[in-house]
Amino acid sequence: MSEISPYWRKTRALTAWLLLLWVILTFGVSWFARELNEYRFFGFPFGFYFAAQGILLCYLGIIVHYSRRMNQLDAEYDDGEA
Amino acid sequence: MFASLTRLQRYYLYYTAVFLGFVGLLALLERNGMPPRWVGYAFLVFTVTMYAMIGVFSRTTDVSEYYVAGRRVPAFFNGMATGADWMSAASFMGLAGTLYLQGFQGLAYVIGWTGGFVLVALLLAPYLRRFGQYTIPDFLCARYGGNTIRLIAVFAAILASFVYVVAQIYGVGVITSRFVSLQFEVGVFVGLAGILVCSFLGGMRAVTWTQVAQYLILIVAYLTPVAILSFNVTGNPVPQMVYGQVLEKVSALESRLFKSEAELAVRELYRERADLYAQKIMQLPNSLMIERERLGAEINALKSSDVQMREIIALERQRRELPLDPEQARERWEKEMFAAVDRSKPPIPHAEAFPGDTQAERDAQRINFLALIFCLTVGTAALPHVLMRYYTTPTVAQARHSVFWSLLFIVILYVTAPAYAVFAKFEVLSNLTGIPIAKLPGWVAAWAKVGLVSIEDINADGILQFAELSLNPDVIVLATPEIAGMPYVVSGLVAAGALAAALSTADGLLLTITSALSHDVYYRIFRPQSSTQFRLVIAKSLLLVVAVFAATVAAQKPGTILSMVAWAFSIAGSAFFPALVLGIFWARATRAGAVAGMVVGLGLTLYYILRLEFGGYAWLGFGDGSLDPWFHLQSTSAGVFGIAAGFLTNIAVSLVTRPAPGAADFLARIRRPGSRPEAP
Repeated sequence: MSEISPYWRKTRALTAWLLLLWVILTFGVSWFARELNEYRFFGFPFGFYFAAQGILLCYLGIIVHYSRRMNQLDAEYDDGEA
Repeated sequence: MFASLTRLQRYYLYYTAVFLGFVGLLALLERNGMPPRWVGYAFLVFTVTMYAMIGVFSRTTDVSEYYVAGRRVPAFFNGMATGADWMSAASFMGLAGTLYLQGFQGLAYVIGWTGGFVLVALLLAPYLRRFGQYTIPDFLCARYGGNTIRLIAVFAAILASFVYVVAQIYGVGVITSRFVSLQFEVGVFVGLAGILVCSFLGGMRAVTWTQVAQYLILIVAYLTPVAILSFNVTGNPVPQMVYGQVLEKVSALESRLFKSEAELAVRELYRERADLYAQKIMQLPNSLMIERERLGAEINALKSSDVQMREIIALERQRRELPLDPEQARERWEKEMFAAVDRSKPPIPHAEAFPGDTQAERDAQRINFLALIFCLTVGTAALPHVLMRYYTTPTVAQARHSVFWSLLFIVILYVTAPAYAVFAKFEVLSNLTGIPIAKLPGWVAAWAKVGLVSIEDINADGILQFAELSLNPDVIVLATPEIAGMPYVVSGLVAAGALAAALSTADGLLLTITSALSHDVYYRIFRPQSSTQFRLVIAKSLLLVVAVFAATVAAQKPGTILSMVAWAFSIAGSAFFPALVLGIFWARATRAGAVAGMVVGLGLTLYYILRLEFGGYAWLGFGDGSLDPWFHLQSTSAGVFGIAAGFLTNIAVSLVTRPAPGAADFLARIRRPGSRPEAP
């Protein structure tokens, strides 16, 4: 494809950023679980807490943000001919 | 507020109320003397009847209804159905047990099985929905063109789904045999009936609405016992919030108990036992003969003296049960040896991440943890029975939103599982360990009878040490009601929840296999001109055949097939993920690239699993003796190599071939703005 539509460019950028965040949370933070366990959080060692609960909430946040932002992009660029 | 609900929401609210009323009624009846066995029957009959009613009301003769529920499922309900579709008997019963046994390391399953939905949301669901056909092979075929890729996709979809569905039906057999004491084989066919009433007449439409009903039951059943247990232990009925305090107590108990004299002595005894077996295995076949002669001599000595007949019979049984030949002896003794080795190791503190004595061991644990997460996430995002669900929403925006609901409904169970594990460990450490064996609580004996709990007083001091107790992972969820001292009706509820989890997943999988065969192979490849009516007849008959076949396989209790479920993620991930993602995001990806990538990825994954788990297969032309794991990775993480190889091959081959002419059009279509999908 020679020209890339602005809608697709923005979609791609959003996807890339959120994916990067996902990689950092999933693999970056988990890598240091041992070190994070030194800290306490509501009685939990933080590394354990993050893997058991924190990260799941972050995942939900990522999906909500993506869904909202894509709805905006859709409204902005949809010219009605489908 | 009630008026603002949609008609569907109101229906499911009534349904939930009826179910809770039913549970309350049973609790009342039990208190007035209804035997536990009847409680089990009542749950089985009531829930399966509910599913059957939904299944019959949703019957359909429309192709789009049968394959994708008419694309009229609202995001919220699709999320719930996906939750039930996704959470299998393994999530319901096995996860908490795995977390109990492995502590922190088990959290790889929690992260992996939820993280995958982020990939589904960002990379796949909206595009699949905008494309809007019926199956995953449809999508690949439209993007890359040609029937080769369709056939490979069908093969991979069936490979990943079939072992999975067999495991679900097996799970149904186990649950029914344990709770309503049906014979295992009968239980399997009861399960088969339960699956067929949901899917046979109504296809995806019926499956969707029963899955919603099943989700409601399974989540109520999962939360109730642990909430009561949490209230008993901490005074707060929200276990997810308070188990941190319990974990602290567990850690304190662990650091005190694991180093106590008695525990050390017990572990030493297990180490000696392991050494003994190692010696015997080394000296085969002589050791087997010596063993037999020793028992023979003892029996003769006893016979000439005037001891009890009972002792002689016990010894004779021992002699009869000796392995028949050195081959069998090696197999059996190796199993005993590994079991003893396991018990001789110092236990791992529950919250410790990447445990190990040396830095190298810790690094290997960390690599395995992250690799397992990687495989489970990518596999989750590639399992066809989950992806198919996102074809059923009305719009693209709803598909995106529906992934959020899916993950939310799944997370409710997955944040609870670690709490189950911690409460169970607290119970074991504070109320079982160090207690005289004669005075153990009743549930231990009850579950020991069915073989899910085993106790061996190896140091013969009459007191239970932690290392002397072994638990089957399933028992954690199943026994929690009894640990908390609840009436049998709660156990029945748990069984109904486990049944719902197994049935809902089996339905989704069965539909995937059926549509791969009837839609992709029969309609798309063999008979594109067949009438819609006839296509449905084919679909329904194939569903019946596949279901009966899967139940027949499950009735054989195939051990290897059950462990193969863990590999389904690697298989699906390496076959589908690279082709789907590159197909959507990289315009240069070509048909040859996709085909090569799928074959190489799938092939490498299968090769690694087979080499590692079964050593060599001479008749397949490779190797004798087993493979050394690459980078210390276990076979459940085989997908790491397969997925990487799939991506690399796809990219490399694509760069030297030309994209199909239709690809640009296809991409322009799925990448355009707007929430409305194509008319199919």
